[in-house]
Amino acid sequence: MLHETSPLALVIFAAFVGGVIGLSFWLGRKGQSAQAYYAAHGEVHWFVNGIAFAGDYLSAASFLGICGMIAFHGYDGFLYSIGFLAGWIVALFVIAEPIKALGRFTFADALDARFQSRGIKLAVAISTLVVSVFYLIPQMVGAGDLIVPLLGLPHWAGVVLVGVAVTLIVVTAGMVSTTWVQFVKGSLLVFFCAILAAQILDRGLSINAGRPGAENLAPQVRTVRPDGTVLVDGRRQSRDHDLRPVGTIGTLPERYAGRTSTGPLRPLEYLAVLEDSTVVTWSAKKHVDGEGTHVTYTPLERKGADLLKPGGYFKGLTTGKLADRLDFASLMLALFCGTASLPHILIRYYTVKDAAAARKSTVVGIAAIGAFYVLTLYLGLGAMTSGALDPTSTNMAAPLLARSFSTSLFAVISAIAFTTVLGTVSGLVMAGSGAVAHDLVENVCGVRMTDHEKVRCGKLAAVGLGVVAMALGILFRNFNVSFLVGWAFNIAASANLPALVMLLFWPRTTKQGIIAAVTVGMLASLGWILLSADTYEKVYGWSREASVVPFSQPGLVTIPLGFLVLVAVSLASPAPGQAPGRRKSL
Amino acid sequence: MTPSTDSQGRRLGLALFWVYVALYGGFIALVLVRPDLLSLRPFGGVNLAIACGMGLIAAAFGLALLSLVLRGRGS
Repeated sequence: MLHETSPLALVIFAAFVGGVIGLSFWLGRKGQSAQAYYAAHGEVHWFVNGIAFAGDYLSAASFLGICGMIAFHGYDGFLYSIGFLAGWIVALFVIAEPIKALGRFTFADALDARFQSRGIKLAVAISTLVVSVFYLIPQMVGAGDLIVPLLGLPHWAGVVLVGVAVTLIVVTAGMVSTTWVQFVKGSLLVFFCAILAAQILDRGLSINAGRPGAENLAPQVRTVRPDGTVLVDGRRQSRDHDLRPVGTIGTLPERYAGRTSTGPLRPLEYLAVLEDSTVVTWSAKKHVDGEGTHVTYTPLERKGADLLKPGGYFKGLTTGKLADRLDFASLMLALFCGTASLPHILIRYYTVKDAAAARKSTVVGIAAIGAFYVLTLYLGLGAMTSGALDPTSTNMAAPLLARSFSTSLFAVISAIAFTTVLGTVSGLVMAGSGAVAHDLVENVCGVRMTDHEKVRCGKLAAVGLGVVAMALGILFRNFNVSFLVGWAFNIAASANLPALVMLLFWPRTTKQGIIAAVTVGMLASLGWILLSADTYEKVYGWSREASVVPFSQPGLVTIPLGFLVLVAVSLASPAPGQAPGRRKSL
Repeated sequence: MTPSTDSQGRRLGLALFWVYVALYGGFIALVLVRPDLLSLRPFGGVNLAIACGMGLIAAAFGLALLSLVLRGRGS
């Protein structure tokens, strides 16, 4: 769909982004030492750090991706919310205190605290960079998606805008400004999503979203010709002749007989009424011929009860295919294990003063993130029935829902979504720059640097990562945001979690075991992803059936593999503190 | 906080972790094995799928808060 640019939206957007960068410059005066640049002096208040956790974690995938998935597929999008939040339990009860006690600047510091091994630093720095880059791609793609309707600029311009802004934020003050950007963004995101949810409940549910019913039930065809021109129902696409927005209530429950709208509803009542209603969703069928690629969007009236149970997106849950069920189980395992393995989340534990503050900030983070994920259900379902959805873009569901209320709310929500991307990308660039400057250059290559040089090296690495992120964001523009984030969680959980958990709970863990687990976990999950049916279809454009692995999400195999490799290699190498010559024969 | 209360706190944290693993694992098992049960509406309003999802989010916060309170008393 073509989206109209609003001057009000431009002004609000510019104010948000300008405010965030201004705050960053102001805070930049405080961050001159390495301790300030990488860990904000370890003086961030636990409450601020807790909300900053939410700012770091609630990325484009959480806000744009989950809302869009619920709006397009119903309940299954909420399963992502459940899995993303569950991962914080691992962070709080298993990881928070030890990581604070062991590390200084980066994740590699913690894993290497006992061994002082260049091999560990090298393996963990590479895994940090791989996970950060895989997590960066969807954020940049999401930024580009937002800019198209908001500013009327091309996708690449959005990517470049985020890249430049983030590089400025990170280079000006490192972890100090990144923390405050996350705090502001996390607070605004939860607050304005609560306002949006309140408006959804106040509006209630309306048949056909106030438009003539017959129009909503007509199919529409979008054609992309080989030369790139786009047709809608056979005519060239323009603002006057475009795809109609989709997604409405078809019928309301009997108790609303004779009415077209429920009026305001309470939170649980909204869900119960939706379950007893019918919803006009749509099916999308693609075919390719000599004229181009055609996608036919056909209205499809479905029971609300069917949309509010599992199986809309994860089809295997209803068809019963074992491989599909294993795929789902694997994803939910990766979401559970992945959170506590994400480098940009782990380094936030170094910004508070002690273990108690780390614990308290995690609880605040869980409260803010949990509240947000409850709101995603209302935002997604509100978008599904708002009559405002663009059937070509899942990522735009939340901003378009806001536009169905008012242009100003659309502008605010879009600006917050953009700062969401800014915040998450800042955290990722910080984690990546630490891995390059502190782990690779200083510890692996042995380059001795003064405090000032360490900061300069980190800033140079941040600029480099910003450029890489921009290039990848433009290159991967047609990829699904949630799909890419799933990759990052799987790689993080497979490469990092086994080493971290075993280091904390198994005294027999050796440096060889850690290096092997990180390397094998990272390569195995990466290899599995590249050989999966999803990648065959969505990346290479090949047949799914040609894939050589049985299901697409690797976690179910590669996370246990990481543990097994660590145990096997540790047992086969000298125990910590034992000289090789004194080792008992097995 | 002394080493012994620190160690007790760790044990408490791990116990709460396993409680949540049981809840989360039970829910995932239900989705995998008997997804039809999640359509039931035993409480009349929302179905089990939504009740369980909201419940898991609330349980995460509840356990986190509980650990904070119990460890606060122990220190």
